[in-house]
Order: sequence, then structure tokens, then C-alpha cells
Amino acid sequence: MKAHLIGALAASIAFCAQAQQTVFIPIVIEVSGSGAVSGTNFRDGALMAIDEVNAKGGILGRKINAPVSDTQTNPGISRAQVQKALDGNPYAILGPVFSGSVKVNMLLAQAAEIPQFTGAEAAEITQMGNDYIFRTSFGQQMSMPKMAVFVADGIKAKSVAFLWVNNDYGKGGRDVFFKEMAKRNIKIVADISTEAGQVDFAADIVKLKSANADAIFIYTNEEECARVLREARKQAVKTPIIGETNVISQKVIDLAGDTAEGVRGHVGLTADAPIPAVQAFTDRFQKRYKYVPDHNGIKGYTAVYAIKHATEKLGKFDSKALAKLMKGLTIKPEQEPGILMEATWDAKGDIDRISFLVEVVKGRQKVVEVLPKLGK
Amino acid sequence: MLLWQTSQTINFAQGEFVMLPAFFVLAAMKFGGLSFPAALLVGLLVALLVLGLLFKRLVVDPILRHGVLPLVISTLGLAILMKEGVKEFYAAEAQGFPGVWPTTNVSIGGAVISAQSLVIIGVALGAVGLLQWFLGATRTGRQMQATAQNPMLARVLGIPVDRMILYTFLVNAALVALASFLVSPIYLAKFTNGELLGLAAFVAAIVGGFNQVRGAIVGGLLLGMVDNFVAAYWSAQYRAAIPLFLLIAVILWRPQGLLGRAEERTV
Repeated sequence: MKAHLIGALAASIAFCAQAQQTVFIPIVIEVSGSGAVSGTNFRDGALMAIDEVNAKGGILGRKINAPVSDTQTNPGISRAQVQKALDGNPYAILGPVFSGSVKVNMLLAQAAEIPQFTGAEAAEITQMGNDYIFRTSFGQQMSMPKMAVFVADGIKAKSVAFLWVNNDYGKGGRDVFFKEMAKRNIKIVADISTEAGQVDFAADIVKLKSANADAIFIYTNEEECARVLREARKQAVKTPIIGETNVISQKVIDLAGDTAEGVRGHVGLTADAPIPAVQAFTDRFQKRYKYVPDHNGIKGYTAVYAIKHATEKLGKFDSKALAKLMKGLTIKPEQEPGILMEATWDAKGDIDRISFLVEVVKGRQKVVEVLPKLGK
Repeated sequence: MLLWQTSQTINFAQGEFVMLPAFFVLAAMKFGGLSFPAALLVGLLVALLVLGLLFKRLVVDPILRHGVLPLVISTLGLAILMKEGVKEFYAAEAQGFPGVWPTTNVSIGGAVISAQSLVIIGVALGAVGLLQWFLGATRTGRQMQATAQNPMLARVLGIPVDRMILYTFLVNAALVALASFLVSPIYLAKFTNGELLGLAAFVAAIVGGFNQVRGAIVGGLLLGMVDNFVAAYWSAQYRAAIPLFLLIAVILWRPQGLLGRAEERTV
């Protein structure tokens, strides 16, 4: 009996010591469902950064404990997973990527006053007065104006046919883009809504072709983008195809094969950015996971380093103080190499950094132009 | 439909049967290091073994003797097992699948048509023609038809009924593998593909006629055309409902299907 008590006591002490040596930053992400492409990239980027940080002793001497839970790309399940993560008293939460899920679960993290670093891009996420949500990439209100400049001045289109996915991400992007087009007197000649997970785009491409637009804008999630491009090739679409981030992401290029050649657009993050730190990240990622990361891989990776840098600046683990410090924080690569590119978070949690105009050439993104930070 | 005629097997995992062979091919390329043509052959052979022989021996034979309903439920369970198995052991993400033909276009009478689509139509017509010839012009095919029409009498006439039923399962496995190899380059290979394909195949078979091969073909063509015309010229939002309206209309006004034969059973 005495031996059992001593054993239990020793185990408890060991458990407490273990708990004290780690900081709990759970990853709640889309590992399956229609968002699996985005989610697995984000997860892999985050896990790679966590291993790097832990190998160097962790954050303030504590190693990161980051279990991964799958939202199944289902807002309801994502909410339950975030609640489960919150029950473990996390320091911060990483993910998810899908806007529809984030809109539902970020309220829980907000109520618990836990900072949440998301890959979601829907404009309204940072416009709902939540002090605990932080983006790892542009929101649509930052990216779509850049895209509109590209449409007006880059390809000089007078009319655009717009195909979008009918979820929070697609609808948010559509609304912002249409306003930008109206400001520039560019006509939207086709407004085609599609479904998440849709596999047959034959009828949608017929509509796009018959619109006779100067450019076709594809704004869906990755897998659907690849199917649209394949179908567009089948139907011999000659109109230039453009897009924002997803349609020119590496995952879509891999899935669409040569049908992605020549697609152009704007990306906030690219593994092919002409920046040595990004290229070194891409090499490490590719060596570890045997595939080329897309923008979501960079989001997950830089999110971890943003937390590390801000925490070390704070000098303590304090979730509320972390959220406060993130407002207006600028992290430069000289200060934290893992951030890859200089990034600034504003008072709403939106991120600002340089971005890129790219074209798909020989199965990779070719950066055509580097666009400066909006704040500069 | 073939399975129903020969062995009263209703397979609600048929969509997943189409989803799976693409992953056999991808696995053969990824883990076996095989070239695409060699992987296609391996995929076909594994499909014959798993979706033909093993499906019959391990699922249908032990369960069918308890009635059609337990088998229906079993195939529903099998569909979930196959989906989750692919998700767990291969990938939850969509996978690119090489096309059996390059993504080039040809111009016919001023209309630009995808060479891939022409190959798909050609292969599908060839497969149907070959199947019809096999069933009607060969001794084995006629024995399979006899088995489908009246297994008891076929047995009395000396036809090896069990072997004929096995052949039907193997033909079914070969056809789903072919469908998988043709559709995956367009839809991409993904564990959820079976949901859509299974529903479409089921509705097409009911609409066309469950007991006629040509009925299923007509049902499939009709469904595909109605679906795409509705989506392109009327409403993309309601496209998912159209096949179900078609299904209800056929069940109400022509339950045997457009080209099906009315059947009577003694109860």
C-alpha cells in the first residue's frame, strides 16, 4: 500500500513537472473534408515550426505541446474541437483555416480570452470586434483591392466573369471584389455560384464561356479550383483565367497539372517568393513532407514564430497580454528569422506584409511582381 | 444492375466501388514505384480480386441467405468502411490522377471537343458493346443470362450457376475499375467521390430500367443531360434536386423504368 502511494506521488510529481515544461498550443484544423488541402498544409507548416522551436529549447524554456484535432471542415465539429482545446487551458490556439468554421468557433476563444491564430481570409472575421483573433494571411479587404488593381491595370480587363464558392470565404471575397470592380467601372458579366465539394463544373464553364468576358476570375477552394481548370481545358476556354491565392496555389497546380499553365493572379504568400528565407523554408518543408507547400503551409509556420517572438518579448506566458501585444506589433526577420517576411498586425488582428503577382509557368508559381505592404 | 439480375444483390457501395480502384492505381505508383500503365493493370487486378471475388465470398455469400435487406445494410456499412479506409490509410485530400489521354482538344465541324471526352465516350461505348456481345454471342454469356432469368432451371440444365454468378461479380468489378480510371482524371481521386457517383448510378438505373442494360445506359445519358442543361440554362442551385424529381416521376408513372420490363413475383 505504501509503495503504491509513493508510486502515485512520484507519478503526479513527474506529470506536474512535465506539464510545467510545456506550453499548450493546440492545432484545430481541417485534416479531412473539403478543406483538407488547406488544413494539412497549415498543420504541416505549424508542426515543422514547432519541432524547430522545441529543438532549440522551446519558448522561454518550455517546449510546445501541440496536439492536432480535426474539424472535418465542419463548423459544428470545429466548435466542439475548440471547446475541447479550451478545456485544456491553452496559451493560444492555431487554426482553423476555413472561414465558416472560424466564424463559429472564434467566439469561444474570445470568451475564454485566448488568442487564436487563423488562416481564414473572409473579410468579416476581423470586423466583428474580436480582440483575440489574428490572421496569418491577408483578409479579403486587403487582398481584393490588390487584385482589382491587377484586373484594371495589369490585364486591362473591362469585364470579368466571376465564379465563386458559396460559403463564407467565397461570398466574402465576392462582395469585396464586386465593390472594387464597381469603383473602377469594370463590368461583372457573369456571377456564378458553385458549391463546396462540387465535382462537375461542365455547366458552369458553359456559362463562363458564353459570358464573353475579358477575364475569368476563379474564387473557390483548392480542390474545386483544380476541377474548374481541368474542365476549362476540356471545353477549350481561351479567356485569360485569373484568381486570388487559391487558384494559383501550388496544391492546385499539382492537382490541375498542365491545365493550370498560364493562370495569373495575386498571392499573399508563396513558396516561390524571391526571398532567401522563404526559399530555405520551402526546401526544408519539401524535404520533410515530400511535397511543395502552398500559402497555408507558410501561414501555419509563421503563426508559431509570431507567438514565439511575441511571448519572448512579453517575457511570460500570459494569453491576455499576448493578445494585447499583438495589436500593432511588427516582426522583422532580423528579430525573428522564422517570420520569413516582415509582418505587421493592426488593431483588428489583420496582417500586412508584401505580396506577389504570379503566373503559373512549368508547374510552379513564377513571381512577376512584388507588391509593397499596404501600410507603406 | 448485373448483380441484381444474377444474384439479387443490391449494392449501395457501388459508388465507393468506383472510387476505390483509382486509389489502387495511385498506391501501386506511390508505394510500388510502378509506371502508370503497369499501375493501371495492377489496379484492375486488385479490383477484380477485392471488389469481385472477395466481395462475393466475404460479404454477399454469407449475408444474402438471410435476405436482401441485411445485404443492403451490409453494403451501406461497406461503403462507410471503404471511404474511411481510404481517408485513414491513403489521404483525406483529393489526389491528382493521370489521364489515360492528354488534355488536348480536337475540332470537329467547327466545334471544339476535348480528346479526353471522346476517349471516354469511345471506351464507354466499346465496353457496353463488348458486354452486350459477350452476354449475347458467347456460350458463357448466354449461361449468365440464363442464370439471371431463372437460376433454378439453369441449374437443372447443367449450367454452373455459382460460377456464372462469380463471373458477374468479376465483370462488375472490371466495369467499376474502368469507370474509376476514366472519371478520376476529371473529378480527381477522393474518398468522397463515391457518394455522388453512387447516387447518380442508382438513379440512372431506376430511371432507365433496373433489369435492362440498355435501360441503364439511357437512364445515365438522360440524367447527365438533364442535370447539365438545368445547371447551365436554368438554375445551378437546384441541379441536385432534378435527378430526384426524375426518380420520383419514373417511380410514380413507370415503375419498371423507361426501357425496363415489368416483372411479377410470387409472394
